[in-house]
Amino acid sequence: MKFTEQHEWLKPEGDEIVVGITEHAANELGDIVFIELPEEGKTVSKDDEIVVIESVKAASDIMAPVDGEITEVNEAIVDEPGKVNEDPMGDGWFFKIKPSDPSQMDDLMDEAAYQQFIS
Amino acid sequence: MSDLGRTPLYDLHVELGAKMVPFAGYEMPVQYKLGVMKEHLHTREKAGLFDVSHMGQVILRHEGGYGPVAQAMEGLVPVSLLPLGEKRQRYGFFTNDEGGILDDLMMTNRGDHMLVVVNAACKEADIAHMKAGLPGVEVAEQRDRALLSLQGPAAEEVLEPVAPGCDIMKFMDTGIFTSDFGELWVSRSGYTGEDGYEISVHATHAEALARQLLAHEAVEPIGLGARDSLRLEGGLCLYGHDIDETTSPVEGNLAWAIQKVRRSGGDRAGGFPGAERILNELDEGTPRLRVGLAPEGRAPMREGVQLFANEEGGEAIGHVTSGAFGPTVGAPVSMGYVPAELSRPGARLFGEVRGKRLPVRVAELPFTPANFKR
Repeated sequence: MKFTEQHEWLKPEGDEIVVGITEHAANELGDIVFIELPEEGKTVSKDDEIVVIESVKAASDIMAPVDGEITEVNEAIVDEPGKVNEDPMGDGWFFKIKPSDPSQMDDLMDEAAYQQFIS
Repeated sequence: MSDLGRTPLYDLHVELGAKMVPFAGYEMPVQYKLGVMKEHLHTREKAGLFDVSHMGQVILRHEGGYGPVAQAMEGLVPVSLLPLGEKRQRYGFFTNDEGGILDDLMMTNRGDHMLVVVNAACKEADIAHMKAGLPGVEVAEQRDRALLSLQGPAAEEVLEPVAPGCDIMKFMDTGIFTSDFGELWVSRSGYTGEDGYEISVHATHAEALARQLLAHEAVEPIGLGARDSLRLEGGLCLYGHDIDETTSPVEGNLAWAIQKVRRSGGDRAGGFPGAERILNELDEGTPRLRVGLAPEGRAPMREGVQLFANEEGGEAIGHVTSGAFGPTVGAPVSMGYVPAELSRPGARLFGEVRGKRLPVRVAELPFTPANFKR
């Protein structure tokens, strides 16, 4: 699993990558009340703002971690945003992306580096 | 946060795992371990304990007793205070010469004097305003007292053992109780839309009292985050956001707090700052009004969101002054100012969120029915 400085986690699954936000991010945001996800099939570039999250505190954006095509989004978290607080690393995933250049993953942090980053 | 004040409950907040934030010059708990959403729901279901010690408690005394204090205060607020019954509390606001609102406050007839409670952010200015505007009245801030707010349907059963007799109080009644925690100044009021009490206690007993109340299984500590969503669902104004120096009480939909006797034709009509504008607006109406706003989608419309009459084109016709997700409503809720002709509940407007105009309807206030003990 890889991590970004925007507190996303990326888990490779076949030729796709599942993306969500880390437990640390979910705790910092507080109760999440609104999520807007990108459309399936959309082509995105790294650092595009593709997800909007609103918590009880504020709104924040989630950026595309790599270039690629959005293959699936987790509609369940749109209906029940609280799922992200309950299980950010599992049922609270955001979207799946098919990277156009998988080597972009190499620049991201591994778990040890991420733990260091948030400590 | 070295310049910030701390309330007598600071250590307890930290011990309870509160996340502390700067608010109105104080380090205050924004949430505890439950988090904003659960704290909000818990307050509506059982009872929540809030530290509101940052607010200003001020005693107003005159050698002539309550009457002269009330008479003088009627010169600063457009509220009827002279006939206020002993031990009764009333809501009101200081107005400025332009008819705007300097602060909102609670006033109590305490027999031979008046007790007022003002907002933390405004208290220095309010005290200066009262000292200048109330000749012959001694203005004494009670800096050695903390203020706790116990809110929710279980509040009565929680407080009764501590202040026996508080159960027979009705909404806006007040009383002084002798207790294990010294003299308690209790009012049956609050700012959540729920039944509950505000309890003034000497600072030396504040933590012990808070621990006693928290020991009851129905009570959880509640932070400012949930206090904000509770008062918003309750349709209650937050000073500096929903009302301020530029909004009149009539625009702010607070005309209900101005009794007939202070209006045109009343025995004590006018005689407060900005009376000309305010009395005129009471008679003639205003071009804009504060209303409830219910976004049709799930996206919260927060403070500053611009409102439009149409989905495309045109100038903004109003704006949101408070907005959040309403945990009890289960949907986003907002308040804001709109033109009077668009203020009817059900009117469909558009709020611009992240560049998109999203539908929002004018809604009845409060969003959640008030649960006061009348």
